[in-house]
Amino acid sequence: MNTLTETASHDTEHHHGPAKGIKRWIFTTNHKDIGTLYLWFAFIMFLVGGAMAMVIRAELFQPGLQIVEPHFFNQMTTVHGLIMVFGAVMPAFTGMANWMIPMMIGAPDMALPRMNNLSFWILPFAFLILLASLFVEGGGPAFGWTFYAPLSTTYSGDSTALFVFAVHIMGISSIMGAINVIVTIWNMRAPGMTWMKMPLFVWTWFITAYLLIAVMPVLAGAVTMVLTDKYFGTSFFNAAGGGDPVMFQHIFWFFGHPEVYIMILPAFGIISTIVPTFSRKPLFGYPSMVYATASIAFLSFIVWAHHMFTTGMPVFAELFFMYCTMLISVPTGVKVFNWVATMWRGALSFEVPMLFSIAFIVLFTLGGFSGLMLAITPVDFQYHDTYFVVAHFHYVLVTGAIFSLIAATYYWLPKWTGVMYDIGLAKLHFWCSLISVNVLFFPMHFVGLAGMPRRIPDYSIQFANWNQLISLGGFAFGLSQLIFLALVIKACRKQGEPVPAKVWDGAHGLEWEVASPAPYHTFTTPPEIK
Amino acid sequence: MVKKSPIILALVSLLHYSEVFANEAFVRSNINLRTGVTDISQQVYDLHMTIFYICVVIGIIVFGAMFYAIIFHRKSKGAKAANFHESIKVEIAWTIIPVIILVVMAIPATKTLIAMEDPSESDLTILVTGSQWKWHYKYLEHDIEFYSLLSTPKEQIGGQWIKGDNYLLDVDKQLVIPTNKKVRFLVTSDDVIHSWWVPDFAVKKDANPGFINEAWTKVNEEGIYRGQCAELCGKDHGFMPVVVEAVSPDDFDAWLANKKAEKAAAQAEEKRLLAMNMSKDELMSEGESVYMGYCAACHQQNGMGLPGVFPALVGSPITTGDVKAHIDIVLHGKKGTAMQAFAKQLTLKQVAAVVTYERNAWGINSGELIQPKDVHQLLQE
Repeated sequence: MNTLTETASHDTEHHHGPAKGIKRWIFTTNHKDIGTLYLWFAFIMFLVGGAMAMVIRAELFQPGLQIVEPHFFNQMTTVHGLIMVFGAVMPAFTGMANWMIPMMIGAPDMALPRMNNLSFWILPFAFLILLASLFVEGGGPAFGWTFYAPLSTTYSGDSTALFVFAVHIMGISSIMGAINVIVTIWNMRAPGMTWMKMPLFVWTWFITAYLLIAVMPVLAGAVTMVLTDKYFGTSFFNAAGGGDPVMFQHIFWFFGHPEVYIMILPAFGIISTIVPTFSRKPLFGYPSMVYATASIAFLSFIVWAHHMFTTGMPVFAELFFMYCTMLISVPTGVKVFNWVATMWRGALSFEVPMLFSIAFIVLFTLGGFSGLMLAITPVDFQYHDTYFVVAHFHYVLVTGAIFSLIAATYYWLPKWTGVMYDIGLAKLHFWCSLISVNVLFFPMHFVGLAGMPRRIPDYSIQFANWNQLISLGGFAFGLSQLIFLALVIKACRKQGEPVPAKVWDGAHGLEWEVASPAPYHTFTTPPEIK
Repeated sequence: MVKKSPIILALVSLLHYSEVFANEAFVRSNINLRTGVTDISQQVYDLHMTIFYICVVIGIIVFGAMFYAIIFHRKSKGAKAANFHESIKVEIAWTIIPVIILVVMAIPATKTLIAMEDPSESDLTILVTGSQWKWHYKYLEHDIEFYSLLSTPKEQIGGQWIKGDNYLLDVDKQLVIPTNKKVRFLVTSDDVIHSWWVPDFAVKKDANPGFINEAWTKVNEEGIYRGQCAELCGKDHGFMPVVVEAVSPDDFDAWLANKKAEKAAAQAEEKRLLAMNMSKDELMSEGESVYMGYCAACHQQNGMGLPGVFPALVGSPITTGDVKAHIDIVLHGKKGTAMQAFAKQLTLKQVAAVVTYERNAWGINSGELIQPKDVHQLLQE
């Protein structure tokens, strides 16, 4: 009874505006509030995961063991990876989806608002469990974010159980978020918002959501098998009981490879939104962008074993996965060419979102080039598990996914807060990030090619100079993000010039037709799309 | 200031590094893949450079067009935006051309890969077994086997001593192979997954517990080649190097004969020890060196272990209770844990010494002495 009346009173309250105090955030079913929660959560996790990266870089500043023990170092690399993937990048994109998808398709909210609340609020518990595991006896997970068996089963500490449950909760959260996106896009588009009129950010998220639903259960299966192998005597990954440790890698990467596209497809959507705005020209090849996204999503399911070329596959399998992997560069290339063609003969201006987008295109493409190199199986034997791979995936994830998220923030933040952020600080943030991120990640190509394996707490002296430089770049990049934090806090406190509904003169889309800051409820009556 | 410092640092370092390159005594590059010392590694290097140059050319074209637009199609320079947004011809072209480039690239890659994966008609077969955190080599045709452990002193890692030239890349016993012979490696593991990697051979193969992988090499030049374990295998993953010495076939035969003689001598020594008792000092000093080499990585130098990961020996029922159980766990390990079986890794004398050490070190001083014959007796049971 009590609950009923309470819910009812909240519902009426929502028609007037947000509730007051902490209850607003705990009980909210508003897509904008939940978007904000996701974004702040992701940013906090970005800083926590970043702090772990600083520990890693401090230990690697010079050869020898100085600051941390190897066992703790392994915990740092593991938890850094898990937090950045599941705690920073994925929730940040979900936050963007929550904020922008309803506004972009002219819907009043997400289709399943209570599930939306739940999918966010289980996340902090997942990460509390994961972080708490660092403090149990024997320390946290130390087997890499890829948790290869049997290192994660027979040979792992007892924090493994905590790790498994944390991953389960993250997975459930992601699946709920994905269901919400799919149901919203299928059912709540405003009249006239046909499929091929949808903004690309909506399209890319729509496809991403299907990827999530397809592969998160696979991850859940993998962690469950790890759990039963470790605690309940099964032998999925133990040859002595008829299992196979390599099967773990097949299952993990069947999740893991689509996962990397989960983290980059929405980024493609963001860049495809920002580049036309500041080129003052429509996106080049909209239909081919949609088809390219769908092709990439399809191909992402049949390339997983390129992460496993050294595991001893038959030559035929190695060739198959090499060819399919090389093929992915075709639709990815189409996207890059389309962005450049969009800029070609435009009237370009370089506001901060555009700066980050241009940096994205160049640096993500660099990551794409090293990805193409990694696809060539015979050479991958040399690159595999070296810093060359570390360089590759940080180029696509940091200067790819994270730069796109920063670009999106600079693009839509005025819409969210109603004020223009401090542009001087934003430009400082851009230049500091751009320079330091390259000092940080570019030399990793060199040490990797020269033979430095990844995930080692100490290295031979030939790698010393480069590692020192990499660490300095790392510290600088970490500090640069504090500029971003200060800037966002300032904007949230409404310090800045008020902005009109249409913040950028070249922008198109429904989100620019509502006032700035976006009212608590938008499109309660659907807009008409011509 | 914040903005400039990384650039200046980068420039200064670049200058510094270019000097280092010039002075580099060995061919080992600090920024690129090495050509290596086998035909395959040379082919791999050529593939690497080909795909790299293809990427550079594509990069110049794409980024060139982009930066042309950035410079000349600026709004601030009065550029007026065109309104085109599709061109079927252009889009087909930039789909087809990359496919052609990929096919051209795939042909040599396929050839090299097929050659790399053909270990048939080898002259010598070596079983490579990884375990936490060392490599074991067994010459299948010659009844020779040994473990290969990191030999970089702890003091160099801890920073008390100056680091040597081959810091972290030195082992006590290196793998020796003949040049100009096709050597086949069978790679497997005793515990977790490791990966056996020698960059100069372009050989990297995962060591999977319970499964055997194949790889091969044919080395053209004599020399010592160094690599590392490439797959995260636990705490000391960074401390299990691979060192291979390639010698002429004649020298290799001599080395084999020498190894066989060593083995016979060691067996005779074992026999001799069975008949006599070693003194406490002898056992303790031998025990300490064995402990530091084989046990301290997990149980720590002070015998306290790492709580929750590796158990302490001080105060443990193993080191204070029944001697037989203690010897047994050292010899046969403990199933389902990281505790390995050392029966094959250590001699009778070493086992006796290390058990004595663990029962008398760290102020325990039980006074119990374990002799090689005690270990021998237990092995017979």
